[in-house]
Amino acid sequence: MWSVQSVTSRPAGVATVMPPLRRRHVLAPPLVIVLLALGTATLAVISVGLGPVPIDPLTVLLVVSRHSLGLPAEASWTQATDAIVWITRLPRILMALAVGSALAMTGAALQAIVRNGLADPYVLGVSSGASTGAAFAITVLAGAGGALTLPLSAFAGAVISILLVLAIGGKAAGARPFRLILAGMAVGYALSSATSFLIFASDSPEASRSVMFWLLGSLANVHWPMAQLCLAVAALAALALFAAAGRLDALAAGDDTAFALGVHPGRTRLALMLGVSLIVGVMVAGAGSIGFVGLIVPHMARALVGTRHRLVLPASALLGASFLLLADIAARMLFPPTEMAIGVVTGIVGAPLMLLLLRHSGRQAL
Amino acid sequence: MIDARAITVRRQGRSLIDGIDIMLRDGEMLGVVGPNGSGKTTLLRSLYGALQPDAGDILLDGVPMTQMSRRAVARRIAVVPQGQPLDGDQSVADLVGLGRLPHQAWFGGNRAGDRAAVEAALDRVALSALADQPLRHLSGGEVQRALIARALCQQASHLLLDEPTNHLDLGYQHDVLAFVRSLCLSTLVVLHDLNLAARYCDRIALLDHGRLLAIGAPAQVLTPERVSAIYRVPATAITTPSGRQHLVFADALSPEPLP
Repeated sequence: MWSVQSVTSRPAGVATVMPPLRRRHVLAPPLVIVLLALGTATLAVISVGLGPVPIDPLTVLLVVSRHSLGLPAEASWTQATDAIVWITRLPRILMALAVGSALAMTGAALQAIVRNGLADPYVLGVSSGASTGAAFAITVLAGAGGALTLPLSAFAGAVISILLVLAIGGKAAGARPFRLILAGMAVGYALSSATSFLIFASDSPEASRSVMFWLLGSLANVHWPMAQLCLAVAALAALALFAAAGRLDALAAGDDTAFALGVHPGRTRLALMLGVSLIVGVMVAGAGSIGFVGLIVPHMARALVGTRHRLVLPASALLGASFLLLADIAARMLFPPTEMAIGVVTGIVGAPLMLLLLRHSGRQAL
Repeated sequence: MIDARAITVRRQGRSLIDGIDIMLRDGEMLGVVGPNGSGKTTLLRSLYGALQPDAGDILLDGVPMTQMSRRAVARRIAVVPQGQPLDGDQSVADLVGLGRLPHQAWFGGNRAGDRAAVEAALDRVALSALADQPLRHLSGGEVQRALIARALCQQASHLLLDEPTNHLDLGYQHDVLAFVRSLCLSTLVVLHDLNLAARYCDRIALLDHGRLLAIGAPAQVLTPERVSAIYRVPATAITTPSGRQHLVFADALSPEPLP
């Protein structure tokens, strides 16, 4: 770390050509991540307390502690409060944490993989595929095969869309990631049409409403098993992507650079995209297509902690979780008793945020 | 030592390089020159595995490169490629730190040894004071030095550079090559400027249309006759006061007016 002292003691000739010297970050990135983690946890606890029946944060913590750790042994709250916290609200909040963090992390990873700041899980058609899979499960399979049919079907849709994108993007996918985006857009449009066709062809209005739910995204009907599955997948995603952080840095630095650093860009890209499709497929199955989180949160994270994925990924995860918690609070509270789809909220908040980021970052490629 | 034997690279039925035998000896600085499209970059890219030759073998320190893992190759060969995307928001230290990747385990990033290597590399290219600066605050010469620092960080015994003097002013061109030479690594450098190549390289390899025309000491390879024929520009060799051969093209100082 250098100080102002050492700068002024530099030979005058050098000092005059120096660009304005300053620390890039107001706070050290690890400190930012600790603060984000504390903020996200606080927000999550407060969020559980918000609703038609307000519950204070301490009671929320005690209910959670009693259910998970068995402490305290005696409940000082009503059974109704217990049920509201543990059964009604907590799965939903955990789901917001899982989906928000997973979408933001996969968005950050995809932006590095295709080397384009406009990439997110949706640009590459993954969630369109997942939505088509979900629509297929709802309209055609109509719930046959148990509770796992829908997430499995959404996941299969995501994988199929990825395979289509790679087939169209072809061998050039390694050299020209932009082709992947174009292929992703084409596949996304085609699969959206397929979803629309499934809705159109279905004669059950209830089924088409259920499909609409996937398209807009919502955390309203989340139950414990789905929340647990998504949390587990989000945790695995965090671990896997964090392990691949250096490879993401290398991919972002160009294919020849990646080769020079011992990373095979084509293979790495393929493996990461398959992993990302798995993650997004599960998240969309649980919560529908929630837009803008995977697109803007990575940009916010980079503004806070720089470009290294070892820092960008945790910062994205925490910011994405907080962003979705806030969006969920808005979706629940703005027009009571009616609940808005969370995808509507993230879109309304996300678009101006994106413009604001564009204004302030002044990003420029060299 | 990198020993390429009869390597051929074809794309769409056209040979980009055709049966090239070339050896980068330990500790030498080998310059690769030739007109545009002669296969310089293709040759360089195939030497570190970014391109798989359609025929021929490449031995790295006596071991066929196809039998080595990519990471193992990256620990022995560092590269300063050309025309790779740069993120203007990336800090100099983060760019340089990427060079540690071949030495890092899955979760083992940024150990003390890595940080020391980054600091040492920054120090060697005199960029320590700019370590925390985003790349967009740097001049072209400073960016080039940062890319070289990234390669140094790899702590490899071989260094390949693709036109490292591109877009640099006269002073920086000499700075970069003098610095690279002072590293005493087994260095292969693709250059456009023949006199610059002759000044800094121990040997020169001259390519044309994907073939190796000549390789050897600069004065033997870069004869005015050969250079005139390949580049289609009249070349004259003059001897500088220090006794070195210097090529002058299309006699720049001729009093005759241009057509």
